[in-house]
Amino acid sequence: MGRIVLEKVKKAFGETLVIPPLDLEINDGEFVVFVGPSGCGKSTLLRLIAGLEDVTDGTILIDGSDATAVPPAKRGLAMVFQSYALYPHMSVRKNIAFPLRMAKLDQAEQNRRVEQAAEVLNLTDYLDRRPGQLSGGQRQRVAIGRAIVREPAAFLFDEPLSNLDAALRVGMRLEISELHERLSTTMIYVTHDQVEAMTMADKIVVLQSGVIEQVGSPLELYRAPRNRFVAGFIGSPRMNFLEGDEAAKFNAQAIGVRPEHIEASATQGNWAGKVGVSEHLGSDTFFHVHVKNWPEPITVRAGGEVDLHHGDDIYLTPDPERIHRFDAQGLRMG
Amino acid sequence: MARAVTNNRKALNTAVAWLVGLLIFFPILWTVLTSFKTEAQAINDPPIFLFFDWTLENYAVVQERSDYLRFLWNSIIIAGGSTLLGIIIAVPAAWSMAFVPSRRTKDILLWMLSTKMLPAVGVLYPIYLLFIQLGLLDTRIGLTIVLMLINLPIIVWMLYTYFKEIPAEILEAARMDGASLREEILYVLTPMAVPGIASTILLNIILAWNEAFWTLNLTAVDAAPLTAFIASYSSPEGLFYAKLSAASTMAIAPILILGWFSQKQLVRGLTFGAVK
Repeated sequence: MGRIVLEKVKKAFGETLVIPPLDLEINDGEFVVFVGPSGCGKSTLLRLIAGLEDVTDGTILIDGSDATAVPPAKRGLAMVFQSYALYPHMSVRKNIAFPLRMAKLDQAEQNRRVEQAAEVLNLTDYLDRRPGQLSGGQRQRVAIGRAIVREPAAFLFDEPLSNLDAALRVGMRLEISELHERLSTTMIYVTHDQVEAMTMADKIVVLQSGVIEQVGSPLELYRAPRNRFVAGFIGSPRMNFLEGDEAAKFNAQAIGVRPEHIEASATQGNWAGKVGVSEHLGSDTFFHVHVKNWPEPITVRAGGEVDLHHGDDIYLTPDPERIHRFDAQGLRMG
Repeated sequence: MARAVTNNRKALNTAVAWLVGLLIFFPILWTVLTSFKTEAQAINDPPIFLFFDWTLENYAVVQERSDYLRFLWNSIIIAGGSTLLGIIIAVPAAWSMAFVPSRRTKDILLWMLSTKMLPAVGVLYPIYLLFIQLGLLDTRIGLTIVLMLINLPIIVWMLYTYFKEIPAEILEAARMDGASLREEILYVLTPMAVPGIASTILLNIILAWNEAFWTLNLTAVDAAPLTAFIASYSSPEGLFYAKLSAASTMAIAPILILGWFSQKQLVRGLTFGAVK
């Protein structure tokens, strides 16, 4: 079981308020991702749940019981760190067995669980090596192995993939998702990468300056962002925002259209502009289009075959069904 | 670009290095040589360097006149004991300063070090009186405690520096893995800091072994270590250079041998953290 509830949790470092009182519910078995720009408090929030930081005020409930004052060792949670944080003086086997040794399990049971975890994570051949002799991806798997052997109530991941190269990152992302499918244990995952958030999460928590901007499934956030911040943060490339006359036509302070919801044509459309930078990815092409008198270029996604280049005339037509309207406070309208 | 060093320059560097090395080592060499001379040769003018009648007589006399092993044993107990006691106190202290620093941690560290700047003789009187009161005068336990206190700032400082090099996340991982504070320090921090702890131990054994002010002032017979053993050969009636040298050689030999075999560890420890 791993149901975690935060009630009015607040964190201040000295005079600086990092997280104003905040409420959040994480259900058993959920994969929750905390996402937000650097310094938004997502890691602090995770460390509060872990017990590595003390809350300034409020309550943390784990499976219904008050864990606010319980030390990290006794919370029954496992954590995977960005730096892996393996014990450099121990073999892979001893690293993975460490939490079991601390729990005073007998040797046979320790071996059984370590070997089982090693098999799942493809580490069997490396059990007698030291962490220093492993690649980044292998180290990350050892860190995950160390977390799974103790069968925790929930897993906490603190940007676990940021130190890996791009190809490995995609692979490990899938492995972590598969692990979640198999174990169905609650996972809380911190990242600044919205792609990781979108692909892995059951529920995304978008944070800014310690405040929760929106909580919802990846598609809820994509389809109906609660405000401009969430609209801009979720989705890649980011949403285009227009103010002034164009927004007034829709009776809003600002409107937003995602690059994939604009049709590009060489001959006709609502907005006429010129192609600035174009990024050809093969499957897709992204055009940065300069429309006369608009302060910022519009990003548009087109098929891979659209053959337009720098300086060419281009006509854009947004999908009217998928225009997001925002009021003066930046909140979603209607 | 790597700095170009010519062969001539290299040879010169080597020669200068040897010269400086010999200069530093010369008093020890001279002491050892003198210990094999007769008293007459020892004070001969001009001094005789190597061509004298080598004799072991001084060593025989020294051993006959005083019980070397008893002094040696006291030195071992006092140097080893004070270092061990210091380490036991300093590991948790350095842990807290390195990993849970407060706003005053830096000040405390500096304040601790500042006690080393006080001339020891300044506190001799109060400590002497305390020792009389507590019945610690001329006891090994008393001397062990004093030397531990004298060297504690250095032990804490050194360990603090080594601990600072250890990423805090690894200790947090141990905490998440269910380790108590004791287990965290015992199974994770200490093994990772072994090189640093080892050189701290070595340096402090050497410092305690050579400490002469407190060992001479607070002991008479029972707890007297090798420093007192040497001092007993410099008497007001006249110096017996050869015997003094023999006693000195016997006193420094153990620590010299220890230092020789652990020099690699010592150098590594002292430069630890200098280069990442």
